[in-house]
Amino acid sequence: MTALSSEIGASKIWQRINLRDVAMLGVLLIVIVINSFARDNFASTTTVGYLLLDVIPIMMLALPMAFIIISAEIDLSVASIVGISAATIGALVLREENMVVAAVSGVGVGVLAGAFNGFLVAYLGLPSLAATIGTLALYRGLALVIIGDASVGSFPETWTSFVQGKLGATGIPTVTIAVLFFIALAVMLLHYSPFGRGLFALGHSQEAARFVGVKVQHAKFWLFVASGLVAGLVGLYWALRYGSARSDSAAGLELTVIAAVLLGGVSIFGGRGSIPGVVVAVLLVATITYGFRLQRISDVVLVIITGALLIASVTAPNYYQKIRERWRFISRAKDSPAS
Amino acid sequence: MPVFLTRLSRLRELPVAVAFVTLVAITATLNPRFLLPQSVKDLLLNATIIAILAAGQAMVIISRNVDLSVGSILGLSGFATGTLFAVFPDIPIVLVFLAGISVGAALGAFNGILVVTAGVPSLVITLGSLYVFRGINNAWAGGTEHFSGDRPKEFSNLSVDTVFGLPIITLLAFTVIAAMAIYLAKFRSGRDFYAIGSDPEAARLFGIPVGKRVLTAFVINGALAGLAGVLYASRFSSVGARTGTGLELDVVAAVVVGGVAIFGGSGTVVGAAIGAFLLTTITSALTALRVDKFWQQAVVGALIISAIVIDRVSTLRNARRLRLDQARDSVPALEKGVTQ
Repeated sequence: MTALSSEIGASKIWQRINLRDVAMLGVLLIVIVINSFARDNFASTTTVGYLLLDVIPIMMLALPMAFIIISAEIDLSVASIVGISAATIGALVLREENMVVAAVSGVGVGVLAGAFNGFLVAYLGLPSLAATIGTLALYRGLALVIIGDASVGSFPETWTSFVQGKLGATGIPTVTIAVLFFIALAVMLLHYSPFGRGLFALGHSQEAARFVGVKVQHAKFWLFVASGLVAGLVGLYWALRYGSARSDSAAGLELTVIAAVLLGGVSIFGGRGSIPGVVVAVLLVATITYGFRLQRISDVVLVIITGALLIASVTAPNYYQKIRERWRFISRAKDSPAS
Repeated sequence: MPVFLTRLSRLRELPVAVAFVTLVAITATLNPRFLLPQSVKDLLLNATIIAILAAGQAMVIISRNVDLSVGSILGLSGFATGTLFAVFPDIPIVLVFLAGISVGAALGAFNGILVVTAGVPSLVITLGSLYVFRGINNAWAGGTEHFSGDRPKEFSNLSVDTVFGLPIITLLAFTVIAAMAIYLAKFRSGRDFYAIGSDPEAARLFGIPVGKRVLTAFVINGALAGLAGVLYASRFSSVGARTGTGLELDVVAAVVVGGVAIFGGSGTVVGAAIGAFLLTTITSALTALRVDKFWQQAVVGALIISAIVIDRVSTLRNARRLRLDQARDSVPALEKGVTQ
């Protein structure tokens, strides 16, 4: 009895595993192995530390973005919310407010910004692609209103050293634990809850989702709030990690996040994608980039990798499909002699 | 209501045109120096490059696609222009224009071919090519910048000299926008773009060569981004690795503000160009009105959002009107006892 149920459990898990995610994971492992052999200074605790510290903002922002894109919406304003959150924290610290008050306010502003996005998209019915381009400009502008052209770096020592702290001698940043928690939460919510399944339905067809009982407006609203919350947290992280809060913190990061999510196998049309895929994609881009950076190739050139990987990962399956169909057609034509 | 008034009220570019005229009128009343020839010239110059990009982007968006790589295309074409003048100081200006436009058209074709043959959404493809093109630009330029000192005086003068008070590059932009407006409004193949944007499947069934048209939209948009890159090199003192970074979302914002529906099928290039003028003029207007400079971008954001809300409201109103019209038309049929 127990054996049987565990067997069913196992097969269910097997069914859930996506071939694409496995392939991506394989590529990631190969990249890590090649880098470790080819570059002396790659396999070290320093690598792990810097790689993870720099990947955390994108990783965190990619989680709610995956939810939103799977629901067939998009949030282009995330980087601006990071900016407005960091600016709020910076402005409050500049006025010598308590750091706790500043941190809570920064994250709170992120939640409010997300709620406004949610209101525009879910309740006014605006297309999110257009609406969040508007709020991208608005929030970045408000960040400028809040902090002006100041650059604030005077954060309490305890806070900055906590964010940059490592777990013993492993080189793994302490905040990674929090990120792992968020990843686990995202996996549970998206893949193992009725809410998550509803989002896949929503991404396929809004009408159908409504009929099977998904509260469409409600779901969309809270997704954007969640995105704002995470962006607010990243704003706090950004200020502490880089020791500076400015109005242009994280400017332009939105497209990097979206590129990572799409590379992770999330369909831009919605209805398809997985959190493990997104996590692997974020790590893959970061690892490849880090490896080349050790060879002193500049970061700005390495964006080619992000772009080329993205294009290849979305076009290759379709070209493969087309070639296979053509080949099948030809072989069928050969098999059936002309009558 | 007379027919022409009804028609006028249904024009999608009407709200943005009204907003633009109101903005200029109010600013000019409060600060007459806003309309001095020199400031008008600056306004036009600031808007020219975004207006060209917006016109091309409008064509792409009307056919239910989007091109996020325009900022990177502009960067490559601009740097190519700078390099050409630096390496061949005596090169004819026309040749430089052709080179820039060809670079843009080739990059646009790269996007278009991938979108059409792989059947992947253009948002994804052009997000990828945004990074690829920018990376190539960075690899090519490195830390090099080409300054206007390398370029012949006649080339820089294109954005200094005026004809009837209009800078030459602005006149060039107006010509391009007018040509595109006529093509999209009056030519059969131009109308195809709207059909594709409204319903790509229906357009295919109707016999419209969807792939060919979409590819055309990307090539033309790329060529215009290339042209914009050449003009950028004429207008601004330096071109380097970062030229045009982040421009893509400004352009899409201008197109949306100009009344082009983000999911295709409606809007005009003229509306998009007015949207570009509105978004670039508002910053100068706010400066002229002595609004705190830190507030300016927030106002631009609020403006974009209100434009989208207004568009949404008018779309809902139009949909209701269409339904009412349909219902009214079907009443006589019902009276005759014919159902449906």
